[in-house]
Amino acid sequence: MLQLVDVCYAVKGKQILNNINITFKDEITVITGANGAGKSTLAKIIMGILKPTSGKILLDGQDITNFNITERAKMGIAFAFQQPVKFKGLKVFDLLRLASPQKDIALSVYLRDVALCAKDYLMRELSGELSGGELKRIEIASALARHSKVTIFDEPEAGIDLWSFSNLVDTFKRFQQEVKGTLIMISHQEKMIQLADTIVVLDSGKIEKMGKTQDILPNLSMKTCSGCGGDR
Amino acid sequence: MNQEKLLDIITDGQKFDGAYNIRINGKVYDRKTNEFVNIESMKQGSGLEIYVKDNTKGQTIGIPVLLTSGDITEIVLNHFHIGKDCDITIIAGCGIDNCSSCTSQHDGIHTFDVGENSKVKYIERHYGDGEGSGKRIMNPKTIVNLQKNSKLEMVTTQIQGVDETKRETIANIVDGANLVVTEKVQTSDNQKATSIFDVSLNGVDSKAKLVSRVVAKDQSSQDFISDVKGNNKCYAHVECDAIIVNNAKVASTPKIVANHPDASLVHEATIGKIAGEQLMKLLSLGLDEKQAEEVIISGFLR
Repeated sequence: MLQLVDVCYAVKGKQILNNINITFKDEITVITGANGAGKSTLAKIIMGILKPTSGKILLDGQDITNFNITERAKMGIAFAFQQPVKFKGLKVFDLLRLASPQKDIALSVYLRDVALCAKDYLMRELSGELSGGELKRIEIASALARHSKVTIFDEPEAGIDLWSFSNLVDTFKRFQQEVKGTLIMISHQEKMIQLADTIVVLDSGKIEKMGKTQDILPNLSMKTCSGCGGDR
Repeated sequence: MNQEKLLDIITDGQKFDGAYNIRINGKVYDRKTNEFVNIESMKQGSGLEIYVKDNTKGQTIGIPVLLTSGDITEIVLNHFHIGKDCDITIIAGCGIDNCSSCTSQHDGIHTFDVGENSKVKYIERHYGDGEGSGKRIMNPKTIVNLQKNSKLEMVTTQIQGVDETKRETIANIVDGANLVVTEKVQTSDNQKATSIFDVSLNGVDSKAKLVSRVVAKDQSSQDFISDVKGNNKCYAHVECDAIIVNNAKVASTPKIVANHPDASLVHEATIGKIAGEQLMKLLSLGLDEKQAEEVIISGFLR
């Protein structure tokens, strides 16, 4: 179980996150909100990319607030970046091999989960020779390959066409059932929000609403759902 | 390090089943020729005349050089005469294991005359080792004359341990011919590496692609200088990517000159530290910083 206790984050005196208290269960939680609400900042704080100004992060009761990214990854937190990273010389195979703790599993499985054909992609370089959408799907595959108890997807829909995204929604659902872990999605996408068990709505760095999807979804304003990427 | 291990490093474990000439400490150690490839010692000076018959296909020729004692300075001239319609691979390279306080230096001058419609892949690996304070210096110079519709693909790698190197490549490319160079250089400590390209695209539809990927660590320095002249309807792409670690210095000076209205020439150069987001991605997979750097650098130089 992942808990955020009174998490605050400020940059140059500006409060980006204010007293965030969330307990993530083994289910799908979607964090949504308008651009600039602090969603991506929150995701980065969970992964250890950013350090909170104050507050605590607990994983299965252990305080991991001062743990670095590597330590958190080893403890079972995985992260799919909003902007996929390019590596000259490294191949898709290399990234997935590094990501997968199960060394005997065929890496093609992870590519199939994001609707890419292993034969066409495994030996491709993670560079400009792949399109933004292809890189994004590989980024998602690398997070799925971790099989972690907590997996964070920062705007998985960004850069992916709607047809492919429908398949991805099914993949996320299947993945959560298989791993029985915590899936945290930063998203504006309606289909993704509908997939959630719990919805957290952030507004100006504060929790505006939080609760079960059936309670929150009917009252979500269009402002919240129709944003388009690039959050802090 | 024994000679076998050194040879294994510079040939990347490749065994020679065709013609070869192995040179160790300034002398011919072993040589084999066959019906397609003849290798003769130069009549004047030190080096080889290598003749490849027309229509030779699938042959791999090895010409590695080892220096395993200090105080050797040699200049070796190898001349490749490659016939028409060939498709061959040449594995070259130099390994220096210098445990002395004297300098070991190998200057190799390779001239390639590649016949019409022939395809040649040239793989060269340089490696230095040894605990002595003597320098390990390698200065390869390559002169390329490509005949009509021929292609030379050069893959050159400086693995590690070379104190000084000056690499020069001079190419003259005629109609339909194609030069592809992929150069990978790693320097550390106080090592210095310079790579100079002088490429003339003289023929109609001649092509050149020069890709340089370098990693400079510690206090080492590297210079990349290319001068590509488009003298006809031609295409050239020059790309220099460098990763700097610690206080290393890298300079990239690409020059492209269009002397013809249909010359199409491109150059790109990027120099910088390992990108923070690359490190972060690998850390998020459970690697520590050192492991992540190694993965990024070894992939970059692969």
